[in-house]
Amino acid sequence: MHGFANPKRFLSLANWLTPLLLVVGLVLSAGALYWGLFEVPPDRLMGETVRILFLHVPAAWLGMGGWTAIALSSLVFLVWRHPLAALAARAAALPGLVFTVVCLATGSIWGRPTWGTWWVWDGRLTSMLVLAFLYFAYIALAQAAEREGVSPRIPALFGLLGAINIPIINRSVVWWNSLHQPPSITMGKSAIDPEFLIPLLVAVAGFSLLFGGVVLARMRALLADVQAEARLRRRAMEAV
Amino acid sequence: MIGTLLRRDLGLLLPGGRGGGGVLPLLFFLAVAMLYPFAVGPDAQLLARTGGGVIWVAALLAAILPLEKLVAADLEAGVFDQLHLRGVSEEWAMTSRLLAHWLAFAPLLLLATLPAAALLGISEATTRIVLLGLLAGTPGLAAVGLAVAALTASLRGGAALAGLMVIPLAVPILIFGAGTLARPDDTGGLLLTAALSLGLCAVTPFVAGGAIRAAREA
Repeated sequence: MHGFANPKRFLSLANWLTPLLLVVGLVLSAGALYWGLFEVPPDRLMGETVRILFLHVPAAWLGMGGWTAIALSSLVFLVWRHPLAALAARAAALPGLVFTVVCLATGSIWGRPTWGTWWVWDGRLTSMLVLAFLYFAYIALAQAAEREGVSPRIPALFGLLGAINIPIINRSVVWWNSLHQPPSITMGKSAIDPEFLIPLLVAVAGFSLLFGGVVLARMRALLADVQAEARLRRRAMEAV
Repeated sequence: MIGTLLRRDLGLLLPGGRGGGGVLPLLFFLAVAMLYPFAVGPDAQLLARTGGGVIWVAALLAAILPLEKLVAADLEAGVFDQLHLRGVSEEWAMTSRLLAHWLAFAPLLLLATLPAAALLGISEATTRIVLLGLLAGTPGLAAVGLAVAALTASLRGGAALAGLMVIPLAVPILIFGAGTLARPDDTGGLLLTAALSLGLCAVTPFVAGGAIRAAREA
């Protein structure tokens, strides 16, 4: 693993992997969205509104996947002091937040015709909302730490603390939900029809690749920032 | 050594201590309890029914107030570096601080709950549940607060950031703690609150200690 701590070796891998992930991810997710939006028949119960799930489900998965990436990278950084892991955590935060917000927005739009209201204090919706606030806090902390030159171990510690809390938040919200009102709607327990499942899986795979590509691109940008600053400093020293 | 440390931390954090904290969060807590009836109207039934939850929200907000002074001043003065040289690890220093923070914050908050309950017209039975819930939940609130205070101590704009960080982390305590109000006969919520508090108290010295160490590194 320490092999990739070397930025040169990382870049030689990331330089061709980034466009590959971005292009394949874009093609797959665009294709899956077209498939889901225009080709799939309307659902028997949900009607046309089922189509938004092809965006909603991958967004929910990546919203949670984003924090998993932050937590794992933070752990690797704290334990092995792997410098690229800190960059990976920083790079995963913003796309994670974007997908969480997309998940909330699509859920809300889906809820309007289905539940008759923009927002329901449903367990899953609510824990995604809390997750979005955790992302905001993490990004604000990481930005402040970077601006003031504080050790990147600080946001990494918060990333781990958040990761411990996420399952508790999820459980507590579900418990709270059952306390106040029965679930307004439960998804049919029956297995999803392959007609829906296959485009859904393609969409999840496509958006995941896109997510990976964005994270790699952001890591390269962060690395380039560090290198540019180091070069400027070296030039300044030489000029003196 | 730990006893000396705890005595010093208490001297710092108790009302009238050198840290100058203690009373302000309580006044803020009471002020929030006073604001709520102004906002929703003086309907006694509504206030009695929702007042317990309002006290919980006020307690959570009041817990954010003392965070700015909790760690930052000592970090800047190099107190933790001195302790480190004396062989007291950052984790121990934070354990002592957590205990002192809770002792300076929670008993007074429980006392202030009584006038707040009177203001909101909450029944005696409900007040007892709120008090028990706060007793179980405040260690967790103190632990989350200390962890966040240590994480933001080396940052200049730490105070506003601390509020944003505490709120999502404190959501489970609020849910379980205030949840005891809806099921007064069920002790499960109270036990869950206490369990959560214990877990957070166990994790916090390591997170906060790691943050103090990291602040030294940079």
